[in-house]
Amino acid sequence: MNSTLRQGRRRPAAKVPLGLMIVGAVFALGFLAVNAAIGYVVIDGRLDGQWYDIRDLGIAVEELKVQLDAINDDQPSFLDDIVGQHWMSYAVGALLGAIGILSFIGGALLALIWIERRLIGRMQIRRGPNRVGPYGLLQPVADAVKLIQKEVLMPDGADRILFLLPPAIIFVPMMAAWGPVPWAPQMAYLDINVGVLYLIAVSSLTTLAVFLAGWASNNHYALLGSMRTVAMMISYEIPLSIALLSVVLITGSMQLSEIVQWQADHNLWLAALLPIAMLTYFFSSTAELNRTPNDIAEAESEIVAGFHTEYSGMKFGLFYAVELGNALLVATLVATFFLGGWSLFGLEEWIPGYLILFAKLSAAYFVLVWLRGTLPRFRLDQLMRFAWQYLIPLSLFNLIIVAVEASLLARWDAPGLVSLGLFTIVNWGAAYILFRDWARRIGYQPDAGGPRRAELTQQVGGIEAAHRMGTAT
Amino acid sequence: MTTATEPYVLNIGPQHPSTHGVFRLRVVMDGERIQDMDMVVGYLHRSMEKLAEERTYTQNIPFTDRADYLAAMSGNLGYCLAVEMLSGVEVPERASYLRVIFAELQRIASHSMANGTFVNDAGAWQTPLMYMFRERERILDLFEMTGGARLTTNYMRIGGVAFDPPPEFFPAIESLVSDLPDRIDEYAELLIDNEILLARSRGVGTITAEDAINGSLSGPMLRGSGVPWDLRKAEPYCVYDRMDFDIPVGRNGDAYDRFLVRLEEVRQSTKIIQQALDALPAGPHKTDTPLALRPEPGEAYGRVEGPRGELGFYVVSDGGSAPFRFHIRAPSLINLSLLREMAIGASLPDAIVALGSVDIVVGEIDR
Repeated sequence: MNSTLRQGRRRPAAKVPLGLMIVGAVFALGFLAVNAAIGYVVIDGRLDGQWYDIRDLGIAVEELKVQLDAINDDQPSFLDDIVGQHWMSYAVGALLGAIGILSFIGGALLALIWIERRLIGRMQIRRGPNRVGPYGLLQPVADAVKLIQKEVLMPDGADRILFLLPPAIIFVPMMAAWGPVPWAPQMAYLDINVGVLYLIAVSSLTTLAVFLAGWASNNHYALLGSMRTVAMMISYEIPLSIALLSVVLITGSMQLSEIVQWQADHNLWLAALLPIAMLTYFFSSTAELNRTPNDIAEAESEIVAGFHTEYSGMKFGLFYAVELGNALLVATLVATFFLGGWSLFGLEEWIPGYLILFAKLSAAYFVLVWLRGTLPRFRLDQLMRFAWQYLIPLSLFNLIIVAVEASLLARWDAPGLVSLGLFTIVNWGAAYILFRDWARRIGYQPDAGGPRRAELTQQVGGIEAAHRMGTAT
Repeated sequence: MTTATEPYVLNIGPQHPSTHGVFRLRVVMDGERIQDMDMVVGYLHRSMEKLAEERTYTQNIPFTDRADYLAAMSGNLGYCLAVEMLSGVEVPERASYLRVIFAELQRIASHSMANGTFVNDAGAWQTPLMYMFRERERILDLFEMTGGARLTTNYMRIGGVAFDPPPEFFPAIESLVSDLPDRIDEYAELLIDNEILLARSRGVGTITAEDAINGSLSGPMLRGSGVPWDLRKAEPYCVYDRMDFDIPVGRNGDAYDRFLVRLEEVRQSTKIIQQALDALPAGPHKTDTPLALRPEPGEAYGRVEGPRGELGFYVVSDGGSAPFRFHIRAPSLINLSLLREMAIGASLPDAIVALGSVDIVVGEIDR
């Protein structure tokens, strides 16, 4: 294949002005200097456990809480009964965490809109947004301003309250689900010991808002979209939960920070140990997210925009933002559960954990964009059959295997390299056999349905010619 | 517990992403299953056939651009053939070859668009469409280079073609023709063995060979059902009898087969263009005909194998400078007539895929 063909027209190399080069060089040197300084301090061990340790912002917050508690100690004792002894540290900690998460999501959403559109543009041999601001970077801002200015139309016969509620409701589970994500060893906003359970519970709340939106719109397309969403969510919650269950079994904890810690301790990503769980989780998540190849709930070519067909202006903008935010969340959870979270084989000593997590979630997000740029869409019944006949039995088989392995791990006193290495090999073998053979067992035939090339003929004629050639059906 | 369901009416269109124009489907659905369907056409009616009775034969050529706006060259060609039949105007050899080249370029452009939008209807997020547009774009560049217009080309004339291609046309088309087989392989890699596309289009919108003939279908719809019927071979016009090419036919008559037939036809068109370029003779590109042509009273039906099927132009002359009657046999309209049979009993996504595989152009349906 001629490589220039794929690239389309060449454009001339961009000329970088000298001033920009100098500024860039200064920045690069500064970056190196800062890194060298950090390296020096880290090797020296002066940073460990100090509040100014930028590798783990959680320590600073803890330090602040201790200070605030000290202030609280002096409060009159009757206040202790009313608001408790740690109200100040609690409030400030919550506020800081919330601000951190909100600003991260806000910034990431704006960046992601641009990145996704540019990436899809690259995949579709076009350039993507490149007009507003340098490299089109301000395009998301321009879009947001446009959406805010637009009128929010209310269709005739729509239920007023139920119509206006969902864009607000749908934001809550998306934000709440970010709580337990560990960004660094001590940097988790809501490090509860039932984190996995909490995530499954919170993320399924989205369905409610989607169904409300579809129902209240008084529009057939919206109703169809929300019915599809509900059917899909119910089906795909199951393989998703089972996949997470196998993670819980092997790590012995539902706490997200513990799961990451387990991966850091064993120097093993769960994606390597549990390939079936990883792939099941990822695929089920695309169904939960309404992303290609499972975007049937808002299948543009069929039901226009699904449940948010009737929403315009910023109401639509909120749905859109939540959709992206959920995609980002799934990428983060994949990175946390299966790609080792903030750990990177000891390099987390050097690189801040949240940057490692960010790199990993970007990789996972890229796969989501890639799928979107490549695949057509399943039909609803095909997707349902895939969930119930394929993914659920598969993840149950996987659960049995993992349960046996987990109980062996608890009893068997072998070095991790031996036991986990063995389990990894067993799991990959099981994944290969299961993915391949279970599909054939439920009736999938790779070469069924006739040839995949049109037949070529020099004959010409009507039905007699067709019968003569044997192509008449 | 039993759940009672009741059918409801869903209006797909006139503004809908998958109706490819202003075209409306009035669907009675039970859940996701289609019980009944009406096709409502006419939103784009421009009264071409009546308007043509007031204009000279040459002035009518632009109408044929705007009927099937994705295959303007084929429209031009069919109409010019009909008028030449009526008036007995001779066409120079070079013009015939150029007509073949441009008609086949137009077929490639149109099939690229058809396949791209078809995969879009099956749910791909624009990517195949953009890839197909890449080739279409280069073909439109060639049109622009030669005739000045990209979409509504108005390039053919009664007795030849309007312009001889400029010198830079030939290297450009050579490079296009040499690139195309690679590009088609690229689509094949991306799409033909794609399990999702197979699952979505295999066995969807199936039409048997008998039904296709009884429904008077033509073009890829007919060939997809296994009938090897192609006007370029059955009733060769221009210089198609000197070209060596094959007719691709499908085996199952489903949406996937139509997709395959279109993809293969692009390959065959590339072959034809290469042969026509190799054999392109020197000479005039047009015979001089009076602008206000007055053919003898009579009638003629010129038909070509357009990208969508048999594109026919029926022209009646009463000896005046304008046709007495002008009628377009629009393949889109006739191919669409079996959509109801394909859609009833199917689910909504299947009906959309079936509609996408018909490859309609609403400008041609409504005229």
